[in-house]
Amino acid sequence: MTAQDPGTQPSAGDGPAPGEVLRVEHISKRFGAVTALRDINLHLERGEVLALLGDNGAGKSTLMKTICGFQQPDTGRIIVNGQETVLKSVEHARSLGIDIVYQDLALIPGLSVYHNMFLNREKLHWPLLNNREMRRVAREHLEEMGVNIPSVNVSVARLSGGQRQAIAVARAVFEDAKILLLDEPLAAMGVKEGAMILDLVRDLKRRGDVSVIIIAHNYGQVFDVCDRVNLVQQGEITFDKPSRDTSVEELTEIVVAEYRKALQERHGAA
Amino acid sequence: MSGTVESGGKVLGGLGADGGGGGKGNGGGQLVARGLGVFARQREATVLVVTVALLLYFGISHNSTFVTQTNAVDLLSEIMAPIAIIAIGEVLLLICGEIDLSVGFIYTLAPFVTLYAVDDYHVPAFLAIILGLLAGVVAGWVNGFITVTLGVPSFITTIGTGFVMEGLALTFSHAEPSPTPPSVLSAGKWLGVPGNPWQWAPFVWAVVLVLIFHVVLTRTRFGLYTISAGGNLLGAREAGINVGRIKYGNFMITGFMGALVGLQTALYTNNVDPSAGGYQPMFYAVIAAVIGGTAMLGGSGTILGAFLGAIVLATLTDGFDIIGVSSNPLPIIFGGAILVAMIANVQLARLRGSGRSL
Repeated sequence: MTAQDPGTQPSAGDGPAPGEVLRVEHISKRFGAVTALRDINLHLERGEVLALLGDNGAGKSTLMKTICGFQQPDTGRIIVNGQETVLKSVEHARSLGIDIVYQDLALIPGLSVYHNMFLNREKLHWPLLNNREMRRVAREHLEEMGVNIPSVNVSVARLSGGQRQAIAVARAVFEDAKILLLDEPLAAMGVKEGAMILDLVRDLKRRGDVSVIIIAHNYGQVFDVCDRVNLVQQGEITFDKPSRDTSVEELTEIVVAEYRKALQERHGAA
Repeated sequence: MSGTVESGGKVLGGLGADGGGGGKGNGGGQLVARGLGVFARQREATVLVVTVALLLYFGISHNSTFVTQTNAVDLLSEIMAPIAIIAIGEVLLLICGEIDLSVGFIYTLAPFVTLYAVDDYHVPAFLAIILGLLAGVVAGWVNGFITVTLGVPSFITTIGTGFVMEGLALTFSHAEPSPTPPSVLSAGKWLGVPGNPWQWAPFVWAVVLVLIFHVVLTRTRFGLYTISAGGNLLGAREAGINVGRIKYGNFMITGFMGALVGLQTALYTNNVDPSAGGYQPMFYAVIAAVIGGTAMLGGSGTILGAFLGAIVLATLTDGFDIIGVSSNPLPIIFGGAILVAMIANVQLARLRGSGRSL
């Protein structure tokens, strides 16, 4: 096990406890003639924020779907909290604390914020909902997480993309997620909105018990909050460095080189 | 961002303030809001204004005929109640992303189940009525089975099952109506028969069912999951909600409502008629739902709104009849009124939407 320096930023209070929460070894996945994942090796420490970067079609999404239990890999092992595990379903992964947050998939637009927070875990005054209690707990929890919304009573349809994303993340943490996969959390978001989500990720890091994998193709946006950067290229992780040992420039250089290569291949073929 | 929600709050606050000023509709809205805690939503408030305006118009201009007990029974028990009761089911289905076009034929078929149970199988009348209602639930289950389990869009499913049920009613009755058995009339007067006080029963049923299902929709898990199924099917599934079961439930509720209205009509008219029901009651119910603010595309809607929508439709039908508009041009006026109501609804929603800073 690589002894990763826990937390690259000084954290107030208890720092993240060291320890590996997730390890993925030699994972591959084919869909017919297409090899989506060739040989993926990845690890995640407790309290760490890992950026998983890569071009469209590089295999990021397939990898995420594998880690969140949506699909099984053809070969390779997944080790959760030191135990080799076959993730049978999304529910199974969730029961182990692995949860994925999609930007627009997670919430029900017609329901209030607090009903969304408690979706399928409602508090009841049988046979009615105990709305008062849910409102109170939701408000407390969002406050604790530093998520700013005008009121937990508003319907999610009235909230901005950033607010929705923040609530989806807060809900996952509320449901005891320990490994949080954020799929393109900043997509289609303005700068201010994006900053709000990045702040939320920073707060998670400060808590120390939640590890985060951010999937992004725009690394400039997420570079500042992550502890480590992995780059996925053609179904393999080709780059793994702590963010203090790399830079946006270095990443850009790699991407540009990839484009150059692709261009040369096109012209060579033509 | 907070401006968005604040402006929403202002709209609601404005409504309340207006109501105090004398706008009769808004004042009523505010009153109900205190009682039920949900009425402050603008969608319902708009329909409420229209409802009150229509009632006032006919009430004042045709006072002597409109404001009578006979007409009140016509309007509320005979015309409004069937629309409102079926609309409860359609609202729930529309919210969870489905529709039932067959409910009018469940209406047709259910009284025949009761009739044959009594006539051919000598089932006690009360039990036969329960069997008729159960037949509606079973028909709803079949709609659910074909739609949810076999994966046929409900629009198609229910056209098919509607034809089948229509055919069943015609075949068994040889297209002949028959009088409702006297034993059923006396055992089922609580469903509504002419004469005081039971002539009010359909109206009371409508009000009670509307209130019950309003609570079911807004204050129970089943209601939340209904909204979830239509608002974000994938998200609801992701959260582990058994969406199929919710849809089955709503088809069965709608089937029950169709059977209830069918039996009520058979009792009230003393006639089990294979030409009763059909598409018209279903369309009225869907229109009442949509006028009341239920989205055709699912995810949102209110049963109180549909109830008001039913009053609007019933008032138009009854009111034009009283004014003496002959029955030939009536559909033109009726269709025009529906279109105006819906255009107003959509445009108001667009205005509200443009206030958002998404």
